[in-house]
Formats: sequence, structure tokens, C-alpha cells
Amino acid sequence: MIDIHLPIADVSLDLLTLLAIGGGVGFLSGLFGVGGGFLITPLLVFLNVSPAIAAATGANTVIASSVSGVLAQLRRRQVDFKMGGLLLAGGFAGSGASVALVSVLRQIGQIDFVISLSYVLLLGTVGAMMFAESLRALLRVSAAGGVPARTKLHQHTWLHGLPFKTRFPRSRLYISALLPILVGFAVGVLSGIMGVGGGFLVVPAMIYVLGMPTALVVGTSLFQIIFVAANVTILQAWTNQTVDALLAFLLMIGGGIAAPIGADLGRRLKAAEMRILMAALVLVVAIILAYGLIAPPVDVYSVSEPS
Amino acid sequence: MRARAFALVAALLLALQPAAARAQQLVADLSEHLIAITTGFSGTDVLLFGATEGEGDVVVIVRGPESNAVVRRKSRVFGIWINTNQVTLTGVPAFYRVASSRPLGEVAPPQIRTRHQLGIENLRFGTQRQRTPAEIAEFRTGLLRNKERAGLFSADVGRVTFLGPRLFRARFQLPANVPTGTYTVETLLVQNGQVVAAQTTPMLVSKIGIGAEVFDFAHRHAAIYGILAVLVAVAAGWGASAVFRKS
Repeated sequence: MIDIHLPIADVSLDLLTLLAIGGGVGFLSGLFGVGGGFLITPLLVFLNVSPAIAAATGANTVIASSVSGVLAQLRRRQVDFKMGGLLLAGGFAGSGASVALVSVLRQIGQIDFVISLSYVLLLGTVGAMMFAESLRALLRVSAAGGVPARTKLHQHTWLHGLPFKTRFPRSRLYISALLPILVGFAVGVLSGIMGVGGGFLVVPAMIYVLGMPTALVVGTSLFQIIFVAANVTILQAWTNQTVDALLAFLLMIGGGIAAPIGADLGRRLKAAEMRILMAALVLVVAIILAYGLIAPPVDVYSVSEPS
Repeated sequence: MRARAFALVAALLLALQPAAARAQQLVADLSEHLIAITTGFSGTDVLLFGATEGEGDVVVIVRGPESNAVVRRKSRVFGIWINTNQVTLTGVPAFYRVASSRPLGEVAPPQIRTRHQLGIENLRFGTQRQRTPAEIAEFRTGLLRNKERAGLFSADVGRVTFLGPRLFRARFQLPANVPTGTYTVETLLVQNGQVVAAQTTPMLVSKIGIGAEVFDFAHRHAAIYGILAVLVAVAAGWGASAVFRKS
């Protein structure tokens, strides 16, 4: 036990525990292209860090594991910068819009549980659909005796035919430029309301709505998460002073080491295997959140000190 | 050993005081007035020592800085636990400990314990808005339970130990999560159920060293701090990736 007192969070935590959390989150981040904020925040809250500080510090940590993961993907040229840039543009507009939306929702009052509930339903649906699809794909492969059945690269829907059709050479797509912007916007609104980076919403959206190849999704998602997380970090540090740089740094050390290991493992997985694992992760998160809503709390009373 | 030395010094000081000052019935002091929270801080002990003139019991109360606390109550609505009611209690100390030379019930009658807020059951809080006594009592219990779970309040009464008839000492444990701020340490001399002498000693709990500098910087140059935090994160990610590629 090497206890370290964290200056902003104002708690003493064990160094090895922090490295382990950082490592676990970094590994998932490298493997799936999710930021990991949805894991860091509850884990830190469990260790008695206040939720606001946990979320803001988590965003800071996510930057490091995403940079590390993107660099690993970049070496294999598995990042679509054009697509990532458009998603990002939509994402910033969406998170800006969510600020206004959140204040409206607050005025209506008692909206927190509606948000949590819709989140659980959304993740549950996305996870279940992904799980079913990738399971079918895996079964097809084994039925064909190990040779992947030849299918279309992706399903074309009316969405792909929107105006401003653009080529995305890296993703081998010819779709409307509005589509990634709209996807980014929707994810930006949702993640702005939920207070998470939205990696595990953007990843399924890239696969199923945009029709991007699974191999490119991880790096491209991480690329845009860097900017989303940097934006959150600066805004939180500036307005609320909730970023604990020491805590974030200790988590980053673990994450930075583990993210390339995750990326390495991801490279050895088949696309459908990757999707089924990702679906399992999304489902696990949905179940944990659902449990949090229905499980009796430790104490029906909770205390917070207004700042 | 250190406690003995302190007690000895206290006794000497008392003996050397001129006659007029000797009328003072109670003298007490802390082993440390400044608790430094450094990066390696994992809790510490504070020793209070002192001397009394004449018979009596000694009660010591440690109180952290006061602030408001919002207490929320969850209830089940359609199978989901949500916050349904909240009360803002005022004058809530960030930290509370009490120690006594004998059980509080034997030292002082209930009205004295209430007046001096001896023991967590006697802590008094105000409310921001008008509330019914039942409501206050209910949320007060919730607050005490949360504070106890966090180790910030304790229902246990610590021991004030007499070393001979006049010298006493008490030891307080400050946990790793001890809140920062200015504390008051109140020492009471109780004779026949009445408080006959009291002394208040301040104690400062403050961040020191790198941790304090990080905290100061984060508050004074918030925007620059945020940008630096991002740059450090980018560098850390890059560094980790470079190290991994080499090995």
C-alpha cells in the first residue's frame, strides 16, 4: 500500500490500485476504441472521489490512452481522418446544443432518472442488436468452413444517398458528408447530456450507420475522442476546477502502457469477434447502469456540499 | 514519551505562573497546530495535553470548519430509486470528534450536553428554509449516518486520560480524508455537572508542498491549468506508445 494524497480530489488512494484501473481502462480503449470514461468515473466514485472530479479527471485520462491508441492504429494506417474530422465537427455542435437542452430539462425538474433510463434502453438495444448481428456473422463463417461468406461491404440505406456525396478513400465509402456530421451531432447531444465521451455510441454508429470497416473504426473513434476529451478537460478545469492532474497522471501511466497491448490484441481478432466482444461490453455497461437504477441504495440519504 | 515531555512542560509552565494567572483553572494545548497534508499524507494523530486546577472531568471537542450540507433522500418510484426530497442543513462541521475522561452521561446532565453539543446526538444544525421538526430530525439522522460512514464524524467518545490528579491528555486520529480548514479544539472542565472553565485552541489543516501548489495553480490559473493537463496527457500517451514500440 503506497498511499498518495491527491490535491484536488482530496483523498488518499493506493498507487497500485490507480495504476491497475488506468491499465484496465487503457486496455479496453486500445482494443475497442472507446474512451473509457464510462468505466473510470464509477470506479473513482467507488474509491470516494466526488463524481464531478471523477468525471473531469476521467476525461483528462482518456486523452492519454486515446493518443497512445491512435498512434498504434496509425502505424497500421487504420485511421480515417476525413471521417473522424466530420464526426468531430458534428460532435462539437451537438455538445454545444446539449448545454442548452440540459438547462431546459433541469427546469422541468426530476429529469435525471429519465436520462439514466433512456441511456439504459439505448445501450441495451444497441448492445443486443450488435450482439445478434456479430453472432450471426460468426456462425456464417464457421458454417462456411472457415471461409467468410461474401457479402456486401455494407448495406446502403436512404441515409447514404443524402446530398454532398463525398469519397472516403480510406473507409472505401462514397456517402453523403452530412451523415457523419449528423451521427457526430447525435452522439454529441447524447454524450453532453450523459456526461460521457460517447465512444461506445459512436463505434456502433460508425459500423452500422456509416458502414465503415470494423478495423478502421477503432482508430477513427479514438482520434475524435482525443478532441472531445480535451474540450471537456479544459472546460471543466476552467469553470469548475475539477481536474485532478496528479490523479489523471497516475491513471495515464497504467493506461498508456496497456492501450497498445489492447490495440495489438484487437489486430489479431476477426472483425466479427471484435464486434461481439464490443457488444458484450456495451451490454455489461447497460446492465450495470440498470442495476444502479433498481438496486436499493446503500443509504437512502446522500449528502453533498454545495460549492 | 513525547506526551510525557509535553505534560511536564505544561506542569512547569503552570507552576511558574504568577499567582494571579494561577486562578485560571484550565490550560491545554495541542502537540501540533498545523496539520500539513503532503502527497504522502495517510492520516495522523494529534495529541492534546493540559492541566486542571482542582477536581473535575475534562471533555475535548474537535470541530472542523462549518458549511451547509444538502441531504437528499431517495425513494422508489416505479421500481427505480430516485431523489425525491432534499433539505439543506446549515452549520454542519466538516469533522467532529469528542473525548471525555468519563462517559458523557456521567459527566454532565442532558441540558449541558445539549448546550455544549457533546456527542453527535447533540449536534445542532439549522435549515435554510422552514422545516417541520420531524423532517429535520429525519434528514439529520441521514446526515450523521453518511458522515460516520465517511469517517468524518464518530459516535464513539474518545478517552481523556489523567496522568495523576491534574495533568491530562487526549489523542485524536485524523483520517486521510480529513477536510482542510480551520478547526477549533474546545476543552471543557466540568465540575458537578457544570462547565466551570473552557479553552478553545485553533488547529489548521492545510495542504503543503507539491499538492498545495497544484491546488493553488488549478484555482488561480484555471484555464492554463486545463491546457497544461491536456498537453501532459498528450505527451504521456505519446511517450507510452514510443516506449511500447521499442520494447
